[in-house]
Amino acid sequence: MTQQPAGDGFGPDLVEVFGPSQQDGGPELVQLLTPEGERVHHPEFDLDFSAEQLRGFYRDMVLTRRIDVEATALQRHGELGIWAQLLGQEAAQIGAGRALRPQDYVFPTYREHGVAWCKGVDPLDLLGLFRGVDQGRWDPAENNFGLYTIVIGAQTLHATGYAMGMQRDGVVGTGDPERDAAVIAHFGDGASSQGDVNEAFIFAASYNAPVVFFCQNNQWAISEPIERQTRIPLYQRALGFGFPGVRVDGNDVLATYAVTQAALQRARDGQGPTFVEAYTYRMGAHTTTDDPTRYRLSDDLERWKLKDPIARVEVYLRRNGLADDEFVAAVQAEADDLGARLRDGCKALPDPSPLSIFDHVYTELTEELAEQRAGFEAYLESFEGARA
Amino acid sequence: MSTEKITLAKGLNMGLRRAMEDDPKVLLMGEDVGKLGGVFRITDGLQKDFGEDRVIDSPLAESGIVGTAVGLALRGYRPVVEIQFDGFVYPAYDQIVCQVAKMTFRSQGKSKMPMVIRIPFGGGIGAVEHHSESPEAQFAHTPGLKVVACSNPVDGYWMIQQAIACDDPVIFLEPKRQYHADKADLDDTATPDPLFTSRVVRRGSDVTVLAYGPTVKTALKVAEAAAGEGKSVEVIDLRTLSPLDMGPVYESVRRTGRAVITHEAHVNLGMGAEVSARITEQCFYSLEAPVLRVGAFDTPYPPSRIEEDYLPDLDRVLDAVDRSLEY
Repeated sequence: MTQQPAGDGFGPDLVEVFGPSQQDGGPELVQLLTPEGERVHHPEFDLDFSAEQLRGFYRDMVLTRRIDVEATALQRHGELGIWAQLLGQEAAQIGAGRALRPQDYVFPTYREHGVAWCKGVDPLDLLGLFRGVDQGRWDPAENNFGLYTIVIGAQTLHATGYAMGMQRDGVVGTGDPERDAAVIAHFGDGASSQGDVNEAFIFAASYNAPVVFFCQNNQWAISEPIERQTRIPLYQRALGFGFPGVRVDGNDVLATYAVTQAALQRARDGQGPTFVEAYTYRMGAHTTTDDPTRYRLSDDLERWKLKDPIARVEVYLRRNGLADDEFVAAVQAEADDLGARLRDGCKALPDPSPLSIFDHVYTELTEELAEQRAGFEAYLESFEGARA
Repeated sequence: MSTEKITLAKGLNMGLRRAMEDDPKVLLMGEDVGKLGGVFRITDGLQKDFGEDRVIDSPLAESGIVGTAVGLALRGYRPVVEIQFDGFVYPAYDQIVCQVAKMTFRSQGKSKMPMVIRIPFGGGIGAVEHHSESPEAQFAHTPGLKVVACSNPVDGYWMIQQAIACDDPVIFLEPKRQYHADKADLDDTATPDPLFTSRVVRRGSDVTVLAYGPTVKTALKVAEAAAGEGKSVEVIDLRTLSPLDMGPVYESVRRTGRAVITHEAHVNLGMGAEVSARITEQCFYSLEAPVLRVGAFDTPYPPSRIEEDYLPDLDRVLDAVDRSLEY
């Protein structure tokens, strides 16, 4: 890659100004809890966390990891067709998820299992899509948690439009904490290259929409490293679109919570969009079909293992007498129960009937589809021991 | 009863206005739809009367327009988006095909997509490339979308209101050449035909000519010319392309035994191919001749000085009518 020489009339080298795309977080990284479990302070994003809150984060992350581990195992056992793992991204998702109020709305990718957990979506409901029995079985309106979006970045525009709707509904900037609402759009580092994501930034800026763009930069878009998507840190891009960007330690649940909470509040207050880059690492594969040993070094993985999002919270809790063996064991027991429920529940998810193919293509069955359905039904019934 | 002479542009404008008056959730969105009133003036005066929150000038990004409209629809609004020209719909194609069309199905009916995507389509206006295309088959081929094409001012007035009231996403095709061409009497107290129906617009007994959008006018001229030669042509305005309303078509073809379909889009894998296949399946024993298709050639849209050679016109449709009758 050629570097722009200085003094050529085009200003200084931009990588020198903004920093390289990947520099292990960099000096701008907002952090409140170090990988060693040491509480540090930040001039802008510091918060006081109660013991209950901290234990809650720990529990959320342990349970979320268990959902992920169980689902991965279910895929290995042939019970799921595929699973998109979040291993390593628990803090980014729980920090962001717990910063939400009930009236805030989430537009997820297909990996936001931890955010779904925070929004009260039954983890068993997440499995249907990956088992192939539905395409998302939860009601988005019930928990203000949209359906998983598989096309990369498409949901950032939906989030922006939804936020524009909130503006029109008068639920932004009223000063009433029960009323004011915001939207959070989740996406990854790979999605930052998509046209839709860039258009979402432009629309959100143009209309000052109450949306937080929450990017989990897990360093990898399947096999492509972050350097393939950007030359400068992603959060720096926000400035060019006309709104602030922040890079937070995505493996630090406290910092992620604090930064997201502040960004959501800006949005609810009517101050417009914010870009949050949660700097993290995809410890697992892209999905269960992927093989990261083909494209990345195990050294990297070992280095990131030392930054585990759950271990640092446990260290902090124990060191400060906020949790003991009994608490940790109780959370483990809860995780075991959840795992068992997911295993049994997954296997019990029924296959849809073949005739359900015709359901909900439109709000009412069209005459054309009714004809096709009747023909297919008659065809199925023509077999001995018909299953329709 | 109030009767008024209106153009298609006026009919659409009045229909949009009435839909916005009837339902505060109806929003218009697109490029230049505000102060300018759209490049064809279809939204003329609406921002002034309904405000910038309901008639939204958007950044110049079609995927952004449709994608944010998805979010507005999820929030309970009924967005009506304008794509400035047919050839500019493609940046929004992914959002339309992967999101708009599939949201109801994906959510098993929990999320609805009551959105109208208005697309001025068709040629004959002497424009540069990308301004004269007929992409209807691409959308009619997509399950989850409904696709309609208006052909006259009165239908424009009613159909746009019906499309906005529909809980499914509707691709609404407007024959741009007709926007300011002819006037018709609108009686706004009349009861319109349901949206997803085709309609016999001229009775005849020798051959059935099927058309929609801009070619309805052509087909009516064909019927007039043929009548001068003693041939009786029945003309059907399909109006809805997905779902198709084939009942009146079958009834007609069973009487005439002959069918010609004409559209401005390419013939290959176009609407005519589907309509022809269905007629063959359902009216096989009534047919006296193969179903003939008259459309544009399977080439990109040509420079405008030769576009009239490219588009199906009175003579080419009349020629097909003759070939059908002589078969």
